[in-house]
Amino acid sequence: MASTFAESGADLELVGVSKRFPGFTAIEELDLMIPAGSFFALLGPSGCGKTTTLRLIAGLEDPTSGQILIGGNDVTHVKTYRRPVNTVFQSYALFPHMSIIDNVAFGLKRRKIDNAMGLAHEALRLVELDHLAQRRPASLSGGQQQRVALARAVVNRPALLLLDEPLGALDLKLRRQMQIELKDIQDDVGLTFLHVTHDQEEAMTMADTIAVMNKGRIEQMGAPEELYELPKTAFVANFLGQSNLFSGPVVAGAGDTIVVDVAGRKIATPTERAQRHSGEVTIGVRPEKLTVHAKEPAAKAGVNMLGPGRVNDVSFSGVSTQYQIGIPGVGNIVAFAQNMGFGPAVHDGAEVWVTWNVEHGFGLADDPADLRRFDPDDDTRSIALQQRQRLEAELGKA
Amino acid sequence: MSNSVTATRPAPKRAPFRLGVGKWGLGAYSILALVFLLIPIAYTIVFSFNDVRRTNIVWRGFTFDNWLNICDQPEVCVAFGNSILVGGAATIAATTLGTAMAIALVRYRFKFRAATTLLLFLPMATPEVVLGAGLAAQFLSAGIPKGLLTIIIAHTMFCISFVVVTVRARVASLDPALEEAGRDLYASPGQVFWRITFPLLLPGIIAAALLSFALSFDDFIITNFNSGAAVTFPKYVYTAAARGIPAQANVIASAVFFAAIVLVVVSQLSAAARRKKLAKSG
Repeated sequence: MASTFAESGADLELVGVSKRFPGFTAIEELDLMIPAGSFFALLGPSGCGKTTTLRLIAGLEDPTSGQILIGGNDVTHVKTYRRPVNTVFQSYALFPHMSIIDNVAFGLKRRKIDNAMGLAHEALRLVELDHLAQRRPASLSGGQQQRVALARAVVNRPALLLLDEPLGALDLKLRRQMQIELKDIQDDVGLTFLHVTHDQEEAMTMADTIAVMNKGRIEQMGAPEELYELPKTAFVANFLGQSNLFSGPVVAGAGDTIVVDVAGRKIATPTERAQRHSGEVTIGVRPEKLTVHAKEPAAKAGVNMLGPGRVNDVSFSGVSTQYQIGIPGVGNIVAFAQNMGFGPAVHDGAEVWVTWNVEHGFGLADDPADLRRFDPDDDTRSIALQQRQRLEAELGKA
Repeated sequence: MSNSVTATRPAPKRAPFRLGVGKWGLGAYSILALVFLLIPIAYTIVFSFNDVRRTNIVWRGFTFDNWLNICDQPEVCVAFGNSILVGGAATIAATTLGTAMAIALVRYRFKFRAATTLLLFLPMATPEVVLGAGLAAQFLSAGIPKGLLTIIIAHTMFCISFVVVTVRARVASLDPALEEAGRDLYASPGQVFWRITFPLLLPGIIAAALLSFALSFDDFIITNFNSGAAVTFPKYVYTAAARGIPAQANVIASAVFFAAIVLVVVSQLSAAARRKKLAKSG
């Protein structure tokens, strides 16, 4: 199987794959189908099981149960070195005792492929490092090492290329540059790429399809814009960008919209964009969809309004301004505004109203009872917020 | 601290005198210590060139005869050959076993792993007399006749500990991702070991082998308990000392000393050359 080059990328299929380590379950009943030739990203926080998934596919770990198929062949019990898969490791894992060219030719030579050196030089030219072929890895910069690691994997023309946070160690500028190069290489060679990352921006800019993983399960899968515009769970809504979430009972559910009572205010959401249509539900809207008004706007059909509230915090970031607005009974909500005019339109402490078009709202599948308001408690921002609230409570008492 | 104090306050009048004594005293002390360390070595080397009659105690004149006719005293040559043989065999056995143990101890979690680590330290901590006597008793009760084989077994035993300690440090610093990358790049387990693990461990393995050989070549106490009629170089020197050590023994001792010095100098020079090359290319 591994003795020839893959003609093209191959489908990858995981069927009911679980991986348990002593004391914890890393992956639970994972089903995943990645079509040939796609650039697929597994996105999730650290410890969500994404790296374990990658190691299972590479054969570096054995699944506790389930099946792994590459191009329709069951490789669940095939040894790592016989799988048509190559990995770009997070630490690059270049062999320090070999020259760059020997590193790149390593896989070809193990498979006794003719003209290994010629192909290795070609791969190095692809990543523009052929002039460093005789150097040792230690004398290369991080970005160069990353490109060597990529060349060392791509040169084998695997059916499936696994990328384990390969851009993690790079600074922002180099990262952007590498993201573009990676995407170019994928377009050139047409392999199936499986990219594991915790960086949502990276996943969104590079991947055709993203699967958001949490606690060993896939929460939602789809094209980046689909995941962003229509998140189905609170985890996705908050991990992929920011969201304002509100919970309440559905008070009217007829027709195209469901209406939710949020602390006495009626908020409408399109029925087709909501996962649950009755009982207690959580609905949300992205911060950039909100419009902040300094005067109470007139009620309009097709527009939700919350207010009055008070601006707690204004942070100006050049292109846009982020407002934190406290609305009595609802809580804090976040709004982004493009700085079309000059600077922030309203200031700290100002009384404001926010509106958004009904069509921009989304309804989540989570049961509000299990849901903590806005961010998960272990999120750094909410820990800081809790700390502050505790301090304020203490000061208030004293 | 004392430097900054003396620097800020005006120098007292006695200071130059005290400094003089300090300098002179330290110099003299260093010379004495070095002389004390080097006299036995110098003596051995000088007397390897002595024109001996019956004993090699009184200087009778310079000659190369001893160096040119090492095997005139056949026992010296036989003993030296035995030492090389024992050292070589014990080094190969101990380095192989010890390297495998070091890899197992770092890479795998198994029952009695902590106990194994502790037991490995015991031969280093136990007095050699006890080890030697204990082994001799075991060989006797097992009915193994004493000879070169028992010496090799004994030396392998105590060398393993040193090999494990030396190689283990190297294994611990080896990134497991490198071996995973090897497997990922179509290398079979054997190829991963010989092309990745082994070359990366090699500096540690060489250090361990040199240490093993030196320990084995040098050992007298354990050897004496377990050698029977077989004679190694240290044992020969010990026995010969009673009736006068032949100058050929000095020749061999000097040769070993020079070989060690050459080895150290060569390795230092090649390391320096490699650093220079790396600096140039980097």
